[in-house]
Amino acid sequence: MSDFETVAATENQAARRGPSGEPGTPNQVGAANKPRSLAGDAWRDLRRNPIFWISLALVVIFTLMALLPGVFTANNPNDCLLSRQHAGPSGGAIFGYDFQGCDTYSRAVYGTRASLLVGALAALGTGIIALVIGMLAGYFGRWVDAVLSRVIDVVLGIPLLLAAIVLLKRVSSDSQWARIGAVVFVLALLGWTTAARVVRSSVITAKEQDYVAAARMLGAGNSRIMWRHILPNSLAPAIVVLTIALGSFIAAEATLSFLGIGLKAPTISWGQDIDTGRIHMREAATPLIVPSAFLALTVLAFIMLGDAIRDAFDPKLR
Amino acid sequence: MFRYILRRLLQMVLAFFGTTLIVYALTFAGQGDPIQALAGERPVTPAQRAYLTEKYHLDATGVGGFFYRYFDYVKNLLQGNLGESLTGRNIGDILQQAWPVTVRLALIALAVAIIFGVTAGVLAGIRRASIFDNSTLVLTLLVLGIPTIVLAPLAQYFLGVKWQLFPPTAGSDPTFYALLLPGIVLGSLSLATALRLTRASVAENLRADYVRTARSKGLVKRRIVIVHVLRNSLIPVVTFLGVELGNLMSGAIITEGVFNIPGVGFNLFRGIRTEDGPLVVGIVSVLVVVYLVSNLVVDVLYAVLDPRIRYE
Repeated sequence: MSDFETVAATENQAARRGPSGEPGTPNQVGAANKPRSLAGDAWRDLRRNPIFWISLALVVIFTLMALLPGVFTANNPNDCLLSRQHAGPSGGAIFGYDFQGCDTYSRAVYGTRASLLVGALAALGTGIIALVIGMLAGYFGRWVDAVLSRVIDVVLGIPLLLAAIVLLKRVSSDSQWARIGAVVFVLALLGWTTAARVVRSSVITAKEQDYVAAARMLGAGNSRIMWRHILPNSLAPAIVVLTIALGSFIAAEATLSFLGIGLKAPTISWGQDIDTGRIHMREAATPLIVPSAFLALTVLAFIMLGDAIRDAFDPKLR
Repeated sequence: MFRYILRRLLQMVLAFFGTTLIVYALTFAGQGDPIQALAGERPVTPAQRAYLTEKYHLDATGVGGFFYRYFDYVKNLLQGNLGESLTGRNIGDILQQAWPVTVRLALIALAVAIIFGVTAGVLAGIRRASIFDNSTLVLTLLVLGIPTIVLAPLAQYFLGVKWQLFPPTAGSDPTFYALLLPGIVLGSLSLATALRLTRASVAENLRADYVRTARSKGLVKRRIVIVHVLRNSLIPVVTFLGVELGNLMSGAIITEGVFNIPGVGFNLFRGIRTEDGPLVVGIVSVLVVVYLVSNLVVDVLYAVLDPRIRYE
């Protein structure tokens, strides 16, 4: 399948063993004779991890680029002149011009917005579905869990790229927002399973804790316990998984756009530009290399960030 | 064991009907007038219309009619009758020509993953936290993070076009040499995952009690690693590679498209590009079945190799 699923599958196993949000055992006595929390330990680890800082910096840069592309380039990405097709670098276009005579660098910068938007929205949608399903399955257990777990198994058995192809072929609208919405919908619909499993397992751990028993004894109802007590304590592992998923969603969107069924023309997307660049690689390579580099760096940044945070929260690795 | 297989089988049947139902509902049902679509611009005589309506049960409306036609589609799919593409070729014939190429490519990718991934994984697992281990971890993360749509065209450009180490594209009857670079690109993902899996499992098994026992008996390290640790560590890797073979066969859309390899993925790639609906649906339906069956086989295999799986 796509890289996305392989990554998700590998991370999945590790993630299930991941942090459960409960306070860590006070394993070392700090300078002030105070037991350190799991988060404190994790932060100490992260602070010394260069990969964490590099990926965080990249995430910040790309987010800024998505919000304010005009700061990074002065050229209009849609200002294309066929007369300068594949022309070399000049006046702000530091990587030259592509097949249509558009500024390669400017297009890559403006392409960040669609990619991050799709990735973030898909991760948000995934997060909501995963939280609801995982919470219900984990909290109520018994037949609710049995049914929902089977649903997860079935959805997990659907190959993402193939299903996305079929679903997206159905969307005939070419309007910018309809396509973005369709891609987000498809990715969220097919991609929530891993996160749901993580939420389910951390909810199962959290509901056995003393503070839940205490809340119940004080007369709190199911919904109050779920949303006020269990949710905040099982959110952390889900967020880590979603960070990694965000990177994978960006890769998936680019793949779909590359195939010509994802985002289309008025929207600038890396997947499409890579495809065009690929076809004309013999004449000029930079229109292929620049969007490729942008895409690879963005995906890597999110995956490495999630990976670093998860490792830091995993006491077994210490 | 029997119960486990039965449960997995039921799950697969559910997934099969779930996915084919989605595929069917989204592509065939709810289209305008299928008979007119069949005839194109030409007028359809009432006799032809009546004949086709009866043949395909198009007069039955509502849920009953929908499911009748859906089961018709599933029956045809299971019998290998996939219909014709828009260019008039039999989709079954297209697939028959394409499969051998795709299987060859998948086997090359798998060989790359086993030879490099497993070997490096064992070394990294034995020397945990060494420079070799840390660099392979970072490297595999890079490979896992870089999408195929970046890796494949860049490999094609640098290794094929610029430095000319490999043929940049494969022709209609690809040689082993022409398939080598696409095989490496396709296999690099599996390689990274296999490496990580092997490393984790070797590192875990090295700490097991039986290894300590073997060591205290005075066995040399090489024998401990090869006879005791490897045999136990490779169980998850073997199953992973089994799943991967299924994935590789269905997942080579991008790689085959970029390197122009006339396999199944390439036909799907072309079908999407030329908006050939029947071809896309036919290939996707078959690939879904391949994917589900290979997953089932691997899960059962896993349960045979590791009894703990059966009692989850």
